[in-house]
Amino acid sequence: MPYDKISRRDFMERTGKAAGFAAFAVGGAWMLHEPVRRPFDRKDDAPVSRDLRVAGVEDRLMIVRGEDPAKMAAAAITAFGGMSTFVQPGETVVVKPNIGWDRRPEQAANTNPGVVAEVVRQCVEAGAERVVVTDITCNDPKRCFNRSGIAAAAREAGAEVQLPQEARFREVNMGGEMLGRQDVYDIYLEADRFINLPIAKHHGLTRATLGMKNLYGILGGNRSRLHQEIHHSLVDLAAFLRPTLVIVDAWRVLLRNGPQGGSLADVEERKMLLASTEQTAIDACAGELFFDMTPDEMPWLGLAERRGLGTSVWRDIPTEEITV
Amino acid sequence: MPSSFQRYRRLRWMRRISQGFFLLLFFYLLLQTNIDALDSPDEVPEISAPVELFLELDPLVAVSTVIATHSLYRNLFLAVIIIVGTLFLGRFFCGWMCPMGTINQMIASMRSGRLKGRQRLESNRWKSYQNWKYGILAFVLGAALFGSLLIGFLDPIALLTRSMALVVLPAYNVLTHDLYSWSLYADLGPFSILLTPIAWVVHAVLIRAETVVFEQTFLILLIFIGILLANRFITRFWCRGLCPLGALLGVFSKTSILGLEKRASLCTDCNRCAMHCQGGDNPQPGLTWHQTDCHLCMNCVASCPESGIDFTFFPKREETTQKVSLTRRAVLTTAGAGVLTVPLLRAATNPDRTPDPSLVRPPGSLPEREFLSRCIRCGECMNVCPNNALHPTLMQAGAEGIWSPMLMPRIGYCEPTCVLCSQVCPTGAIDELTEEEKNWVPPAGKEETAGPPLRIGTAFYDFGRCLPWAMGKECIVCEEWCPTTPKAIYFEEAEVITREGEYLYLKRPHVDPALCVGCGACTYACPVKGAPAIYVTAVGETRNTKNRILLEQNRGRAAEER
Repeated sequence: MPYDKISRRDFMERTGKAAGFAAFAVGGAWMLHEPVRRPFDRKDDAPVSRDLRVAGVEDRLMIVRGEDPAKMAAAAITAFGGMSTFVQPGETVVVKPNIGWDRRPEQAANTNPGVVAEVVRQCVEAGAERVVVTDITCNDPKRCFNRSGIAAAAREAGAEVQLPQEARFREVNMGGEMLGRQDVYDIYLEADRFINLPIAKHHGLTRATLGMKNLYGILGGNRSRLHQEIHHSLVDLAAFLRPTLVIVDAWRVLLRNGPQGGSLADVEERKMLLASTEQTAIDACAGELFFDMTPDEMPWLGLAERRGLGTSVWRDIPTEEITV
Repeated sequence: MPSSFQRYRRLRWMRRISQGFFLLLFFYLLLQTNIDALDSPDEVPEISAPVELFLELDPLVAVSTVIATHSLYRNLFLAVIIIVGTLFLGRFFCGWMCPMGTINQMIASMRSGRLKGRQRLESNRWKSYQNWKYGILAFVLGAALFGSLLIGFLDPIALLTRSMALVVLPAYNVLTHDLYSWSLYADLGPFSILLTPIAWVVHAVLIRAETVVFEQTFLILLIFIGILLANRFITRFWCRGLCPLGALLGVFSKTSILGLEKRASLCTDCNRCAMHCQGGDNPQPGLTWHQTDCHLCMNCVASCPESGIDFTFFPKREETTQKVSLTRRAVLTTAGAGVLTVPLLRAATNPDRTPDPSLVRPPGSLPEREFLSRCIRCGECMNVCPNNALHPTLMQAGAEGIWSPMLMPRIGYCEPTCVLCSQVCPTGAIDELTEEEKNWVPPAGKEETAGPPLRIGTAFYDFGRCLPWAMGKECIVCEEWCPTTPKAIYFEEAEVITREGEYLYLKRPHVDPALCVGCGACTYACPVKGAPAIYVTAVGETRNTKNRILLEQNRGRAAEER
């Protein structure tokens, strides 16, 4: 005989083991088999939008002139009845200045740190649990946050200054006309209130970057594609995230070489500040006052109006001029 | 039990503590290669630790740059500390300080890789392959004589810094970021409550930096892993057989006054000393001890139960050699080969003669020849770059320049106000700069008086891919990002007819080569994925007066102020 006889038990054990693994392999293949897979089809994702306006607050527009950016911001908020109009105790507020570039405050490429600090202070006093100051910068975030003076000023005023973290972007379906799935920084999906703090400055493509253009900074990913249909994209952003309050800093206005600037020769001291709960009207007002632009020259305003996001005729809403 | 036994066990522990300390210090400095958050617009970004310290202590870096450049750059004089110590004590650096040696030793002592008994004893006996390292040293120093710093490929500190900074740390970053992302968004049902503390710990403790990617890491990793795996077959094979720094220190150790004294009368031939020997230098009585291969690890004396061997100052030199057993002829031939290799390398196309268009060097880089006589490919510049813009070359700088730094703007652009790479460069291949010397963004209020910027290249459009030029789409993101004042990128308003026959007004961009500094921000931001519609080549770089397009740029400052 060429081999020894094996016992029945041995036979059962050995074939059983092989059969067990074989069954596992066949069963696994059966269960995991997918005839056709379409991993990129995500049509069923419900569109997300965030309306962070406070119900029952009448839309108004404040035009403030003065000698100190912080005091001007304070005056505007007081005219709305104080920050408690907007922020309730325990809420999370995200304050978004423009911190896009590695530039000093006097170069007017980033929001004035005095304005940011004052808004943060008022939110803290109104009892906000968290006041987060953040922006998705263009240049190296460490340099932008610090050279702009915003990190230090906001931290001192009691804000949680958050340098963008790459793990914190979430892809959501904005359901806009141009913008579908976009990477949005997660704080904007979680916060209770959102205060938009742009600086009015020149921009090569749209001539001026104001409130809605500042919403660019909530996105990560390949956001530079937005320039292809900039006006529709801005309105999609504005419809996706409706701010509690917009304050346009125009203490210094960059008139050329925007949005980065660099030369003080391109900066004009205007010593002004606008505030409104209506994001279309405030863009219309800022465009007219600082860049001499009519609503026709700012096509995003007309689009926003048609989408029901406000009015491009800023004089239609109650306006107060304040000097401090 | 003799008291010397106890003494040496203590000394061995001190050696282990020293190794641990320097290894941790190495990693600490590697992770500190970064700027801290600042508090005011006036503060100049600075690196808070002497992050290039190990490279500056490295005698091979010092000696080879002295040979190649006839000068000792900045802090490279610190290597004198190691040289003087080695002249009196021997290769203490290898056994007590070198992070590469420590890692090799750790791998070699892992149980799974350990050779046993006779096999191990045999592998620890001195062998002629241990002379290879002197050949390597002679070869690279020969090349240095001709002004080419090839030592960087094999200098252990440069090799370890490069491998860690370009491969190991980036992999660590990917791991921690994925873990963080998971802990932020995972859904574990009732256990989801555990995720918040995990996310906090991962973010506060584990995450060290943003994720980065590098070119060429596969090759660098393969070599590093090869060196580590060799320990499974021969303990510290790298240190014994290949390390050119070990060879240099071996040569210095010839004058050492500290040495091993063997007392054959006390020896019982147990061979424990040789079993634990790191250097493969024959500590056991009856064989010739090779001083130049000893790392002073103290394993032999700490394992000898009979006091048969002893480290003493001015020992009796019986059964000892302080010679490097290589003939003068062998050394001279190898060094000669090193010298001759350089013209051979330079006979091929190389950046000095025919600049590779994609070889954009970091700002402050010396002219190519001088650059290659200093660059040790340690990767410090690539590690410190905040935008992940610097990458190791493959053949862009010729075979002579493999793994030297180049800018890859598609991955990251040169941050206009940043000069960190020039500050960490240990050998001055990148000249130390200030923000004002780089001068891409003149200080606020001094735009008029500022001189010309330090250019690294010039941007060019690929009109066939550019959206407003080729596809009738609005864009000019490049113009938005251009950091100079006035912007080097400007646009013309053009009327175009669409496919449907409609008239459209578009802004079409151009580059003004007289203003472009070559930072690559335009390339980085260009929304045309794949090959960008605007790219940077090295032409126009300040460091090379021949690599120019515009006539006026050769006239220096007067032309800049036109």
